Amino acid sequence: MAEWVEACAVDDVDEEDVIRFDHGGRTFAIYRSPDDRFFATDGFCTHEKAHLADGLVMDEIIECPKHNGRFNYKTGQAKGAPVCVNLKTYAVKVAAGKVMIEID
Amino acid sequence: MATTAKTKRDYSLVGESTRRAIETGLASAEWYHTDVSRKTMKELMQRSDGPAIRDTIIWIAAILGSAAGIIWFWGTWWVVPFLVVYGVLYGSSSDSRWHECGHGTAFRTRWMNDVVYQIASFMVMRNPVTWRWSHARHHTDTIIVGRDAEIAVMRPPDLLKAGLAFTGILDFRYSLPALVRQALGRLSDDEKSYVPEMEQAKAVTAARWHVAIYVATIALAIALRSWLPLALIGLPRLYGTWHMVMTGLLQHIGLADNVVDHRLNTRTVYMNPISRFIYWNMNYHVEHHMFPMVPYHALPRLHELIKHDLPVANPSIWHAYREVWPVLLRQLRYEDYYLKRELPPTARPYREEFHGVDMSAAAE
Repeated sequence: MAEWVEACAVDDVDEEDVIRFDHGGRTFAIYRSPDDRFFATDGFCTHEKAHLADGLVMDEIIECPKHNGRFNYKTGQAKGAPVCVNLKTYAVKVAAGKVMIEID
Repeated sequence: MATTAKTKRDYSLVGESTRRAIETGLASAEWYHTDVSRKTMKELMQRSDGPAIRDTIIWIAAILGSAAGIIWFWGTWWVVPFLVVYGVLYGSSSDSRWHECGHGTAFRTRWMNDVVYQIASFMVMRNPVTWRWSHARHHTDTIIVGRDAEIAVMRPPDLLKAGLAFTGILDFRYSLPALVRQALGRLSDDEKSYVPEMEQAKAVTAARWHVAIYVATIALAIALRSWLPLALIGLPRLYGTWHMVMTGLLQHIGLADNVVDHRLNTRTVYMNPISRFIYWNMNYHVEHHMFPMVPYHALPRLHELIKHDLPVANPSIWHAYREVWPVLLRQLRYEDYYLKRELPPTARPYREEFHGVDMSAAAE
């Protein structure tokens, strides 16, 4: 059953950046794009268990800090070796200055 | 956590050491990182096309200029200095371009990284697919025996092999047959252990392109009845590889294996500006392994920022080899022996219990 969960405050994430959010034994990554929109994906790279929140956000790309694997964080699409498996994305909404993500 | 291997090291990637590394938690482990604030790290990680475009223009101009000199002076002794320059650019600097563009950090623009990566992979005689994956493994499991596919000098060290590496002969002995084997559609068990199944067909295709270019070059040499085409394509990997080996061997040689702290198994060496251009700043190797997201042009800044937490860098290539040589000699008789690099008082200490390395085998 999906539920909306408060992940962070809007101001917790800089523009063109990412933070880590842990909930229910799972790890997520919360992104703020250069055009000031919020997105959420699984927190670990699909290649190896590295926290994407330690990586680099460039435009709509998140680059994994371990092996530089790149994903489009808006769609979850893996952009080529060494990442081959897409990243799971989650619906996001902003309400009363809070970033909410829908977790199944 | 990990225990020290007392049995003989098995460097295959599907053998006893592999099983032990996985069982003990050495494989895909959490590694030590020096504390750097997110704000600072973001600044250091920032990508830019400018430095790499500048360096690549200089690089290509130097390659084309020296190639023109080889063609012009072919058949005279005046060709020698051009061969020396061209050889190092082709056979050595291609390694660092392959490396940086493989990480995707040299340029901000992805296609620029990809183009230079493909060209440099050919020059350095590496399959661009298999080597991308082997290098990912090298970063996951740096100098973990049975896991790391890029351990240059194994223990006990084969000094003849290490010496021959400077001539590039071993690359012809191993890399060229590997490319031919891959072109015939066969990947080794080791390669299959780190190249995902969905990528293996790409590795075969890439090998076929490389082999096709070599066949065309040989055909041209026969048609022209001249060694000139081979002096420009292929053979520079023999006569120009020495600089790559000279700088590259120092990355990990003589230091600890089976540890999860890059300060113990990786070396930073100060080098002259020419070597740093050829090597694209990979002399800051502890820094690179600890933070592979930082582009080559930002590594000197990163070094200044974290050097308080790292062993003191070797002041020169010569100094580093003087440090390494007695360790190698000792390892001939006692392969567990290694050089434990001393940390400055400002550094956080090694966590011996964390990585389980046998400190009794270390020289400080």
